[in-house]
Amino acid sequence: MDIQNVHPFIIFFAAITTNNILLTNFLGMCSFLAVSKDLKSSLGLGAAVIFVSTFTAPINWLVYHKLLVPYELEYLQYIAFIVVIAAFVQIIEMVIERVSTLLYLALGIFLPLITVNCAILGCALFLVIRQYTFMQSIAYGLGAGTGWALAIAALAGIRARMEKKSKVIPELEGAGIALVITGIIAMAFIGFSGIVRIN
Amino acid sequence: MNTGPVKGFAALKRMLWEENPVIGQILGICSALAVTNLVKNTLVMCLGLIFTLVMSCFTVSLMRNVIPRRVRMIIQVLIIAAYVIFIKIVLDAFLPEISNELGPYVGLIITNCIVMGRTEGYAMANKPVDSILDGIGAGIGYSLVLLPIAMIREPLGLGTFFGMQVIPADWTKWNMMVIAPSGFFALATYIWIVRALKSGREKR
Repeated sequence: MDIQNVHPFIIFFAAITTNNILLTNFLGMCSFLAVSKDLKSSLGLGAAVIFVSTFTAPINWLVYHKLLVPYELEYLQYIAFIVVIAAFVQIIEMVIERVSTLLYLALGIFLPLITVNCAILGCALFLVIRQYTFMQSIAYGLGAGTGWALAIAALAGIRARMEKKSKVIPELEGAGIALVITGIIAMAFIGFSGIVRIN
Repeated sequence: MNTGPVKGFAALKRMLWEENPVIGQILGICSALAVTNLVKNTLVMCLGLIFTLVMSCFTVSLMRNVIPRRVRMIIQVLIIAAYVIFIKIVLDAFLPEISNELGPYVGLIITNCIVMGRTEGYAMANKPVDSILDGIGAGIGYSLVLLPIAMIREPLGLGTFFGMQVIPADWTKWNMMVIAPSGFFALATYIWIVRALKSGREKR
């Protein structure tokens, strides 16, 4: 099936499950491992990632297809994407600070982290490589963010329980055991691969 | 982390073992997991990262006195991005197949936390020569983790090494080793081994 004809909803669903940006593409691992110690901040960062990826994916689509392609500047895509993401995060931070103190306290501290989160940049690069349409790119941004948030929430929950109830080999403590758990979650997600199969 | 007075070759050496960016600081994990199912791709990725690290550490260090503090992050990212674009163009021209397989991961060197970590944590405060050595050290430290993992994953998963058949063809391939989850397990095991060696050394 041609990728352009795939319904955006299917792209959204695939981005959460079979093409989960964290568990199959390993993007956003750094903040994933650093923040997942605590469930509350994981949820905060997850929400911020969903928000930013949903908006930057279509913006980057427009920048790439309406600005870079007509002028044959595709090789500038990395710089263009990184600038779009950084600018978007900066603007959102200022807007949130003005509009809602509550939201700023919840999301604000996570926003700077997001500029260098590879999941967001990876999102932009994948939608170019996979040649998504505009609607599909919105669905993909939303799905990738949701999938990432889902994975970090799952890991944070498991880690919080493990800290209380179980003993870990000292050498594996922290990052090591987090990687093992993530591997097991990733194996579980392979079970989804029968549902949707697109690239 | 102490980034103060370490100079010269000490800056290079500490990155290989004591402060290895992947094992010690858990940075740059994304690509460490994603590209390590083929030795060839891993090698290209490592060389790309070393190049980016050295060049951007050098450039940032040269410009460290003229970069305004408030916008330093975005300037560093732009410097890194410029070098990554250079790598991408070179790869497209000379190794189009590998460039295709690596896909977005070449571009993702930009957000590889090792590069940002070194430019922000070291090059912004140190002389160009020291920064280059620091960059080389971090790059080699990264390669020292990725290459062994790739050398285990590729033979077990595909029966090949650097694209050549090394394990007899009737060997049952461990498909598990080339798909996503084994990346996590392999890296976890590697971290386990290195930390066990380290703590063993400290006890003595």
